[in-house]
Amino acid sequence: MTTRIQGQARRESLLLNMGPSHPAMHGTIRIMLELEGERVRNAEVEIGFLHRGFEKTCENKTWFNLLPYTDRLNYVSPLLNNLGYALAVEKLLGVEAPPRARLIRVLMGELSRIADHLTCVAAMAMECGAFTVFLYSIKAREFVWEVVEAATGARMTTSFIRIGGIRADLEDGWREATARAVAETRKVLRDVRGLLDRNPIFLKRTRDIAVMSAERALAYGWTGPCLRSTGVAYDVRRAHPYLGYEDFDFEIPTGKRGDNFDRYQVRMREVEQSLRIIEQAAARLAASPPAIAAEGIDPAEAIAASRGRRERRPIRLSPNLAGSERERYAEILASGPWAVPPKEEVYTSIEGLIRHFQFFMRGHGLRPPRGEAYGAVEGGNGELGFYVVSDGTDTPARVHVRAPCFHIVAALEEMITGLYLADIIPTFGSMNMIGGELDR
Amino acid sequence: MEKKTLLTGLRDALADGVLGAAESPDLPVLTIRPEALVLLVRTVRRDPFRLDVLLDLTCLDDPSAAGRFTVVYHFASFLTPARLRVKVPLDGDEPAVDSLTSFWPNAAWLEREVYDLFGVRFRGHPDLRRLLLHEGFEGHPLRKDYPLRRRQPRPPDEVGP
Repeated sequence: MTTRIQGQARRESLLLNMGPSHPAMHGTIRIMLELEGERVRNAEVEIGFLHRGFEKTCENKTWFNLLPYTDRLNYVSPLLNNLGYALAVEKLLGVEAPPRARLIRVLMGELSRIADHLTCVAAMAMECGAFTVFLYSIKAREFVWEVVEAATGARMTTSFIRIGGIRADLEDGWREATARAVAETRKVLRDVRGLLDRNPIFLKRTRDIAVMSAERALAYGWTGPCLRSTGVAYDVRRAHPYLGYEDFDFEIPTGKRGDNFDRYQVRMREVEQSLRIIEQAAARLAASPPAIAAEGIDPAEAIAASRGRRERRPIRLSPNLAGSERERYAEILASGPWAVPPKEEVYTSIEGLIRHFQFFMRGHGLRPPRGEAYGAVEGGNGELGFYVVSDGTDTPARVHVRAPCFHIVAALEEMITGLYLADIIPTFGSMNMIGGELDR
Repeated sequence: MEKKTLLTGLRDALADGVLGAAESPDLPVLTIRPEALVLLVRTVRRDPFRLDVLLDLTCLDDPSAAGRFTVVYHFASFLTPARLRVKVPLDGDEPAVDSLTSFWPNAAWLEREVYDLFGVRFRGHPDLRRLLLHEGFEGHPLRKDYPLRRRQPRPPDEVGP
């Protein structure tokens, strides 16, 4: 099979393949290059190596149980993917999560954004030879992931945000863990800036390299840090506020030149803003303490007792279910048929068990009314949109993901044409291509 | 701009190209004939609408409907909160619609993806090939009649240039 570039190439130029597996390409993507010396004369980008039929799979799952698949879209900030999907379905249903759940969503979402930006900066710097930056950033990400892990039980595949709310309330000790993550991230930001901001090697490879104008960025449908680096202050959190982002005090950092360095700078400054949002959300969460789950009786005892009479005393749940006790339901999930019934009821009452079966049986469960909705959040890479269509059954008729980096990587061919071969590495690094959401 | 004026304004501009206009809970939705697409795009990109970003482009397959495939466009402006969803139902066994690659460069990949997964053709696309799947893949997997677990023949070994 002849590719486009093979047909167009001049006879004397060199054709070179970068990828799909290349040590400096974090993610499987193939860039075919026509080189004249070290100059890129022409480029062709081939994607799809991580295509796993996400959208087709969704059409064969129920609205509820496709949620874990959304973790794997942008696997660096899975909570934001969960959130985007949940918000789109909530639009279809006309539901809103309770206030405490919204605050926890904001907190978790911003922690994910920090992890996303730190990973991008870390990888970009490492590929330019700054391995220390990589280690420092990953260290900060560890502290962020400790908070995420304590709340969700997982570091990457969290599936924490649920339609109508969240899976569980925060773990005890979240305040201290969050404060530590914020402090450590601030320290790392300072260190990384010290290492990179005026580093001549880094500047040579990023300043005025791969410049994108605001007009071209808009024409390509860029969003997120990449768009903002060109000077367009568009942020979904500000333009179409969700989860009460209008009540938070934060700035939208923008760049001026739209080059690799600006993309790095915007990400660094956005991490600072996310830290501010986290502090505000944490203060508000601490101001409204959660319902305290009473010390319950042993489950076996409760089940034995429920044979004779309806058990109304609180039951001690498995530690895996901590934070999702019945008492807390009002604060973490909007009440309605989209909420999984509390485990206490499932174990001890026949109505609870029936509701549990109805929720999970095919053909029953969550059935949004016929219609369509587009819900978007500001993901790590930009506007992460979910276009969902319901035909009234428990299976979506269509789930389409508007992946932010699809539009960004679409501009890669144009951006690297005319550059040196070595410039591709920081350019590609600054775009933060994520195979999971690009190829779906 | 108000949702109402956006829809009324476009209805006036397109006249009989419009099949329907509705206020869905999230966005104003306009359903148009495929022939009216290019005129619509020219209109929304200009003043006073200024929806100059192609936010998303995808397709729906409903085998029970007369026109089985519907191409769905989302247009946006990043200066105002205005957004618009445009649905273009396509008839026939070989569905095709005009390409928007001359207006937006990101339409090139978006249209290739829809062609790849649905088999909808885009007239005037400079390089309409599969995007996510490999050349030689049989069928279009997001069509409803494509079985979930269908197996594909092994692609032939590629010989280097």
